[in-house]
Amino acid sequence: MGTYFSFPDLFIWLPILAGLLCFIPALRNHGKNLSLLFSLIILGVSIASLFFTNDGKYLSFNHVSYIWLKYLGANYYIGLDGVGRSLTLLTAIVFPLIIGSGYKKEVSSSHSFYGLLMLSQAGLMGVFMAMDALSFYFFWELALVPVYFLASKWGGEKAIASTFKFFVYTFAGSLLMLVGIIYVYLHTGGRTFEDGTIAPHSFSLSAFYQASLSVVEQTWLFIVFFLAFAIKMPIFPFHTWQPDAYDQSATPVTMVMSAIMVKMGLLGVFRWLIPMFGQADHLLYHIATVLSVIGIVYASFLAMVQDNVKKLVAYSSIAHIGLMSAALFSMKKMGVQGVFLQMFNHGINIVGMWIVLDIIERKTGIKKISELGGLAIKAPALTIFLVIISFANIALPLTNAFPGEFMLLNGLYQYKPWLAVLAGLGVIFSAVYTLNMIQKVFYGTVKESTSEVSDIEINEKIVLSVIVLIIFVAGVYPQPLIDLTKASADQLFTIIK
Amino acid sequence: MNAIIISAIWGVLLMFSGVFLKNKSVSKYLALFGSVLALVSTCIEMKTGHSFFNFPMYEMIKTDAFNLLFISIIHGIMIVYFLLNAQEITKVGSHVAEYYALIFFILSGIAIAATFNTLLMLFIGIEIISIPLYILTGSDKRNLKSNEAALKYFLMGAFSTGIMLMGIAFIYGGNPNASFYIDKIDMGHGQMPVFIAMGLVFMLVSMSFKVSAAPFHFWTPDVYDGAPTVFTSFMSTVVKAAGFFAFLRLFEKAFGSMQDQWQNMIAWITFATLLIGNITAVFQQSVKRMLAYSSIAQAGFMMLAVFAMNGKAKEGILLYSAAYSLATIGIFGVLTKMEDYTISGFNGLSKSNPVVALTATIFLLSLTGVPLTAGFQSKFFLLISAVENGNHIWLVVAAVLFAAISAYYYFRVIQAMYFKTAESDDQMVMQPITTQYTFILVLIAILILIIGIYPELIIGWMYR
Repeated sequence: MGTYFSFPDLFIWLPILAGLLCFIPALRNHGKNLSLLFSLIILGVSIASLFFTNDGKYLSFNHVSYIWLKYLGANYYIGLDGVGRSLTLLTAIVFPLIIGSGYKKEVSSSHSFYGLLMLSQAGLMGVFMAMDALSFYFFWELALVPVYFLASKWGGEKAIASTFKFFVYTFAGSLLMLVGIIYVYLHTGGRTFEDGTIAPHSFSLSAFYQASLSVVEQTWLFIVFFLAFAIKMPIFPFHTWQPDAYDQSATPVTMVMSAIMVKMGLLGVFRWLIPMFGQADHLLYHIATVLSVIGIVYASFLAMVQDNVKKLVAYSSIAHIGLMSAALFSMKKMGVQGVFLQMFNHGINIVGMWIVLDIIERKTGIKKISELGGLAIKAPALTIFLVIISFANIALPLTNAFPGEFMLLNGLYQYKPWLAVLAGLGVIFSAVYTLNMIQKVFYGTVKESTSEVSDIEINEKIVLSVIVLIIFVAGVYPQPLIDLTKASADQLFTIIK
Repeated sequence: MNAIIISAIWGVLLMFSGVFLKNKSVSKYLALFGSVLALVSTCIEMKTGHSFFNFPMYEMIKTDAFNLLFISIIHGIMIVYFLLNAQEITKVGSHVAEYYALIFFILSGIAIAATFNTLLMLFIGIEIISIPLYILTGSDKRNLKSNEAALKYFLMGAFSTGIMLMGIAFIYGGNPNASFYIDKIDMGHGQMPVFIAMGLVFMLVSMSFKVSAAPFHFWTPDVYDGAPTVFTSFMSTVVKAAGFFAFLRLFEKAFGSMQDQWQNMIAWITFATLLIGNITAVFQQSVKRMLAYSSIAQAGFMMLAVFAMNGKAKEGILLYSAAYSLATIGIFGVLTKMEDYTISGFNGLSKSNPVVALTATIFLLSLTGVPLTAGFQSKFFLLISAVENGNHIWLVVAAVLFAAISAYYYFRVIQAMYFKTAESDDQMVMQPITTQYTFILVLIAILILIIGIYPELIIGWMYR
C-alpha cells in the first residue's frame, strides 16, 4: 500500500490542492468550507500517520524521494521522523482551529484568503519534513510568500510596512543560509569508492551530516545558518520585526506565524545547524544560549509594560521561544527533549491565546488593556477559557506547558545554573504580566467599551474546548508526546558524537 | 552557423518586404517564422553537429553545445518577444518592416558574438549588434528623449568600440605566440607582459561598457529610459545576455589561464555594479527607470559568471539569460500597457486586471529570485559557481545581501498592485488588452515556473 501513497505526499499535496481549489472562480464562495474540510482531512491523515511508525515495515509510507536535479545531486526528498511527526501533527491541529475560530467572521475576498492560508500550510509541512537541503530551502521560502501576502493584504493600517520588514529580514537571512548550504554542498561527497569512482556532491541530509568541514569553516557556517534561524524564531537582537508583524496582521495569520512559523527556526537549529556544525567553536553555542536568555528577560520586561494586548502576547512569545532556543543551544539531553515537547504545546497555547484576544478585539474594537475591564461579568465562558489558557501560558502544573518548561529549565541548569536562574525569572515575570492582563481586562469595573459585549459563539466554544482539552490531557499525561520524539533526541546526540 | 546566416538573410528579406508588401502585419508573421526557423535549425545543428551551410570558415567561428544552446535560447525568447510586442512595434513609427529587419541583423550579430573564435569576429559581432541598436533607440523620431538617448548611446558606443579595437591591437601585437585564434592564444601562466595586460584592461573596459557594468554604466538609465519601451525590453534582455556571453567566452578562451591575475579586478567591478545598480534602483519612482537600474543590478549578478568561470558558471549564465530575459520582457510587456509609468500607476491593478497582476507578480518574484521561479534557479547556479571558485567569498555574501535589497524595489510594485487602491474606481489603470495578450503573459509566467521547478530542461542539453 505504501507504494501508492505516502503521508509526506499527502501533507504537501492536500493543502496545495485545497489552496488551488479556493482560487477556482466557480468555488469562489466556498473557500472557507473547502479549507475547513481539507484541513480536517489533513488532521485525520496526520492522526492516522501516528500509527505507521518507522519500524521498517511502514518505511515506504513515511519517506518519499524523487530525483529532482540529476546533475546537481538534489532530490525531492521528504520524510517523517519523530519530531517531524509531532510538528506536522501540530500544524494539522492548528489549521482547523484557526479556520474554525474565524468561521463566523466575514473576510474580504475570502477565497484568496483561505487559498493562501492553505498554500502556506503546504510550505510549512514541507519545511518540517524536508530531508534534502534544496527541498528544505524551497519550502522554507515558499512558506514565507503566502504569509507575506496574507499579512499585508488583510492586516492593519501599518501592515504593509511591518510585513515588508518581516519579509526582508527573513529573506536576507535565508539567502545567507543559501550561501551556507552551497558551501556545505561543495564539501559533501568526494569519498573515493573501492572501484575508483568518486562520490558526487549531494544535497541530502545525511550527506550534509558527513560533509568534511574544518573547525574554522564550521564556525563561519554556524554563524550564517544561525542568523537565518535566529531571525525566524526570533532570538534577541533579531526580534525587532516580530511585535509589529504580530500586532498588524490579521489574527489567523498571526496564529500561523506564532504557532508554526517560529518552529521552523527551532527545527532548523536541531535538524540542520547542530548536527552539521557540532565541532564549531563552542563559544558560539554559549553566545547563542546567552542571547536567548537575554531575550527571555528583555522580552518579559517589555511585556510587563505593554498596554496593547497583542504586543504583550508577542513579547511573551519571544520569551517562550527564547527559553526553548536556550535549552537547545545548551545541548543537554533533558533540555532538548523538553524543546521537542514544548514546541508542540507552545503552538497549542498561543493559538488559544490569540483566539481569545481576537474575540475581545472583535467584540469591543479595542486592544488596549487600560481601556478594557469587567469582561468576566459580560462573558463568563470566555473568561473561563482565557484563565485556563493563561495558566498554560505561565506553565502551571497540570497544564501542558509545565512538563516541558520543567525539562527546559532542568536542561539549562545542567549547563549553567546562573542561566537557569535568569531564565527562571522569565517564568516568574510571565506570571506577573499574564495575571495582570487577566485582572485588568476581565475583572474590575465594566467600562463603556465593554458594556455591550455578549458571550462567545458556538464555533468559538468548540475550538476553545478542544484547546483546553489538549492542555489538560497533555499536561497530565505528556508521555506519548515524549515517546514520539525520543528517538529524534537520541539520534541528535549520536550524530554529534 | 545556421543562425548567423538565417538571421542575416531574414533581415534582408524583411527589409524588402517593407518595400513590396503594403500590409504591415505580414512583417510580424515573417519575423515570427524567421525566429522559429532559426531556433529549429540551431537545434538541428546542435543535434547533428553539422550546419546546413558548408562554407570554409577557417575556424573563424566555432560552435559547440554551449553556444548553440545559448543561440537557441535567444531565439526561443525572441519568439515570445515577437508574440508579445508585435502590436507595440507597429506603434513606434511607420517603418515597421525596418525595425524587424534591424532586429534580425542584431540577432545575426549575436550569433557571431556567441561563436567567435578570433578577436576580429568578436569585433564584427559586437558592431553588428551595436549599430542597429543605435537606430532602434532613436526610432521614435519625434520624441526628443529618444533622440537624445540615441545620440548619447552612439557617442558612448563609438568610444567603447575604439577602446576595444585598441585592446585587440595590444593583444595581437604583444602576444609572443601571435596566434590569430583565441583558443590557441595560450598566454601561459606567468606574469602577464605589459602589452597583454593593457590589452586585457581595454577589453575589460569595453566589454563592461557593452554589458553596462559599473563604472561604465552611465549611459544605461538614460538610454533605456529614452528608447521606445519595446526596444528597451529587447536591448536590456537579449542583447545584454549576448554581451555577457561574449564577455565570458572571451575571458575564458583567451585569458582563462591567467584568471588569478585579473580576478580581483572583476570582483571589484561586480561589487560596484551590484552596489550602484541596487542602491539607485531603490530611489526611483518611475518603473521604467527602476527597471533600467535593476538591469544594472542584474548585470552585477551575471558578472559572477565571468568572475567564477567554471562549469556551473556556464550553466548559470544560460539559465540567467533565459530567466532574466523572460521576466523582463514580461514586465515590460505589462508596463507598455500601463497608463502611468510611475509605481503608483500600478495601484489597484489586482482589482482591475487580476490575471495580469498575477503574471506581473511572478515576473517580479523571478527577478527577486524567490524559489519556484526561474530567477531563483539562475541565481542559485551562479552562487554555486562563485562559491565553488573559492576566492572572494565576501563577494558572494555581498551579492545575496544585494539580492535582498532588490526585493525592496521589486516588491514596491507588488505592494502597489495588491495592497493599494486606485484613486478612483472609474480611473483606468491599464489600457484595454486583448485576451491573446493576456494569454501570452500567462504563457511567459508558466515558462518561468517550469524553468524554476526543473531547470535541467534547459541546461540538460549541455550534457547530451
